[in-house]
Amino acid sequence: MKNKFLGKILFAASAFSALLIIAVIAFLLIDIYLGGKNYLTWEFLTTVPKEGMTEGGIFPAIVGTVLLVVIMSIAGVPVGTITALYLTEYAKRDSFFTKLIRFAVNTLAGVPSIVFGLFGLGFFVQFIGYGMDKVFTEGSTLRWAQPNILWASLTMALLTIPVVIVSVEEALKAVPDELRAAGLALGATKWQTIKKVVLPNAVSGILTGTILAIGRGAGEVAPILFTGAAYFLPHLPSSLSDQFMNLGYHVYIMATQSADVEATKGIQYATVFVLLLLTFSLSAIAVFARYKLRKKYSY
Amino acid sequence: MKQNKIAVKNLDLYYGQKQALQNINLNILEHHVTALIGPSGCGKSTFLRTLNRMNDLIDKVRITGTILIDDEDIYASQVDVVTLRKKVGLIFQKSNPFPKTIYENVAFGPKINGTKNKAVLDEIVESSLQKAGLWNEVKNDLQKSGLALSGGQQQRLCIARALAVNPEILLMDEPASALDPISTSKIEELIFELKKKYTIVIVTHNMQQAARVSDYTAFFYMGEIIEYDKTTKIFTNPANKKTEEYVTGRFG
Repeated sequence: MKNKFLGKILFAASAFSALLIIAVIAFLLIDIYLGGKNYLTWEFLTTVPKEGMTEGGIFPAIVGTVLLVVIMSIAGVPVGTITALYLTEYAKRDSFFTKLIRFAVNTLAGVPSIVFGLFGLGFFVQFIGYGMDKVFTEGSTLRWAQPNILWASLTMALLTIPVVIVSVEEALKAVPDELRAAGLALGATKWQTIKKVVLPNAVSGILTGTILAIGRGAGEVAPILFTGAAYFLPHLPSSLSDQFMNLGYHVYIMATQSADVEATKGIQYATVFVLLLLTFSLSAIAVFARYKLRKKYSY
Repeated sequence: MKQNKIAVKNLDLYYGQKQALQNINLNILEHHVTALIGPSGCGKSTFLRTLNRMNDLIDKVRITGTILIDDEDIYASQVDVVTLRKKVGLIFQKSNPFPKTIYENVAFGPKINGTKNKAVLDEIVESSLQKAGLWNEVKNDLQKSGLALSGGQQQRLCIARALAVNPEILLMDEPASALDPISTSKIEELIFELKKKYTIVIVTHNMQQAARVSDYTAFFYMGEIIEYDKTTKIFTNPANKKTEEYVTGRFG
């Protein structure tokens, strides 16, 4: 009798929590949409900011965010995937070196994003960038030793690598050992087994890692504060050494640095809406690709 | 003339400190079926896997003694494990087709060996499936997933996949233990067919199966071979009391 009653309370509590989360998300989305809907026009998406960012669109910020995410993924996903491959397929499970890598990955995952920003400034901009300028132009021009989209993307990649490693590792572990044994027993080398058997079965996990990394990277602002994001740029970045605008940073700037915060309010809402939409649709593409691949390689 | 395909001499195997195989001596004849029987944990599967060095994949396994296949020491340092495993195929207890099409499953081995020609691959796929007795059931479904087949068909697909790399020896680790009686009898008929071309070593828990399919039987107990002889002798007139107790079902 008592157990039954407790069970009902537990059910009610868990249902309530679940509903609460849905309600919060719904409220958030509706509020953002209503706040920004008057600004959400084609023109808003395709023009540059005007009049001290109180008018005009957010085109450069959209392009900048997409570029950031793409370069970040190109740099981060392979490194994360290869590390995960090493950890699951090659490393001895409890060797000192393996433990050291795991410790580093876990620590990296826990570092606050602003620390990545400072690291990016110190390492990429001031150390690597300065070094490159010295080598290429003997220090006469300042090209790489300043914030740009490459350094920002690489900093962001560092932030997302642990996310990629963990999810790819999970995917690799999910490939049954019997399949590895089958490959090896047929006279495949270890690398052939990984390439032909393990990786095709882990593709969906690699994509999940990419999705999570994109979700993380598209929304973060702190790591790019010092490493490449620009306050205002009327043009698009044309090379890796250019600065760029970013949706998240744009919201922050409009909310804190604008001469007329009230005037930018609608733009802020609309920008946040676009940022969410962009993140969701990038994820949706990856989810769709994963679904397709999973159908092909289901076991 | 009967010829030794595999000669095992004074083989010991250790998992870390624990000794799993003790002083194994065994000659396995070409084009015959040799059954390894014995209670669980007696070392018969471990022994089977020493024959194509699948134990190499496990950390902390140490082996002493020699195994000669065609008079070559397979644990010699210059031996290429990959080549060895092509010559000595392994069929697992649980069928493990790749999550690929039937065609791709069988073509996997030839492809990693560098066969690219479509006509050649087609030919290997067909002949391997035929040898495994599966061709007539799947010839119209080669592009279907191997996982769509029944358990017994999957196991024969795995046999076809192993045959496609043209081995000389087939190791079978309880290949029918997860199958229904009809699928089991198909596998057994297949073994009978295959021994004309291949040398077969089969681990089984099923006494009747060992009696039906094998020419020679080795009885393993606690990591040692207690008795090794013609199957008819082992099952009708064993020399050792332990063997008799086991084959008559008094323990195990």
